[in-house]
Amino acid sequence: MGALVITVTSGKGGVGKTTTTANIAAALAAQNAKVVCIDGDIGLRNLDVVMGLENRIVYDLVHVVEGTAKLRQAMIRDKRLPHLYLIPAAQTRDKSAVSPSDMIRICDELRTECDYIIIDSPAGIERGFRNALAPSDKVLIVTNPEVSAVRDADRIIGLVESEQKGPPSLIINRIKADMVKRGDMLSIDDVLDVLAIDLIGIVPEDEQIVVGSNRGTPVALDEKSRAGQAFRNIARRLAGENLPLMDLDKQDGFLARLGKLIRPGG
Amino acid sequence: MNNLFNRLTGRQPPSRQVAKDRLKLVLIHDRTDVSPAVLEQLKDELIAVISKFVDIDRDGVDIKLTQEQTESRLVADIPLLKSPRRRR
Repeated sequence: MGALVITVTSGKGGVGKTTTTANIAAALAAQNAKVVCIDGDIGLRNLDVVMGLENRIVYDLVHVVEGTAKLRQAMIRDKRLPHLYLIPAAQTRDKSAVSPSDMIRICDELRTECDYIIIDSPAGIERGFRNALAPSDKVLIVTNPEVSAVRDADRIIGLVESEQKGPPSLIINRIKADMVKRGDMLSIDDVLDVLAIDLIGIVPEDEQIVVGSNRGTPVALDEKSRAGQAFRNIARRLAGENLPLMDLDKQDGFLARLGKLIRPGG
Repeated sequence: MNNLFNRLTGRQPPSRQVAKDRLKLVLIHDRTDVSPAVLEQLKDELIAVISKFVDIDRDGVDIKLTQEQTESRLVADIPLLKSPRRRR
């Protein structure tokens, strides 16, 4: 039995596809699974920087497609997690350099060698998205609790279903529990109510995400990060565990605990 | 929904509710590929056809798309004018 090919997509840009890809990959690799990430955003690569591997790129996906490099040569091994690899996107080419059948061929070659292949899809619904979707066994749709992001997620759900890729699962990213409570942000139930889709994870807004991408270290490797915990939970669900959703109201940071000591019930 | 909230409380509804209502409406039109303009045209033609057979209250006609999970439907609410015969 080969690897599970997971495609991370969203329609809308900026909702956190690349961050989600890097963190789920790191979390799975930290559980000792062998994981290969593929940056599907030809021409606008970013997964390399988020994973902190930008200085080690020699060959990329387009080199592999064109036969200039072997698949192995384009796989960059993560220094922290020896089971984690990245196949970067080409930066100076455009999406037409890769076709959906190229992606299927590359993934088929990788399937026997690893447990998970995670493809970071570009925004949009054009060629890059088609490439990322073609070899997929499981589609993860990332959205934010905002009208535009949920609208695009709905469009993507329709496209994934029309490609008969099986039911996609949703990740709601960047939730601010206090804003939901105040009535100023769509809640998890609001989003699920309109999209009617399986929910695989919720990720709270977390400043550590910025710190992590500054350093090129996914927060999934940071035990204290709330978003990191959320991504670790998603990885465990992908691996088949049945975990309850995290409680977004719970704040277990030091200051929050101190605050509770001073003002019990506050 | 929003109008009701406004009337009952005299306040602006929470933006979360506004977002959800707008989202629902935009998704109905996205999913069915029926724009508000097409719906308006449909309404006009429907009024013209029905008026040939019964007297209706044209201003009270309400045509909308609704969505229940995966099922969309076109709902038309067409009030009839009170018939003089029944009043007698």
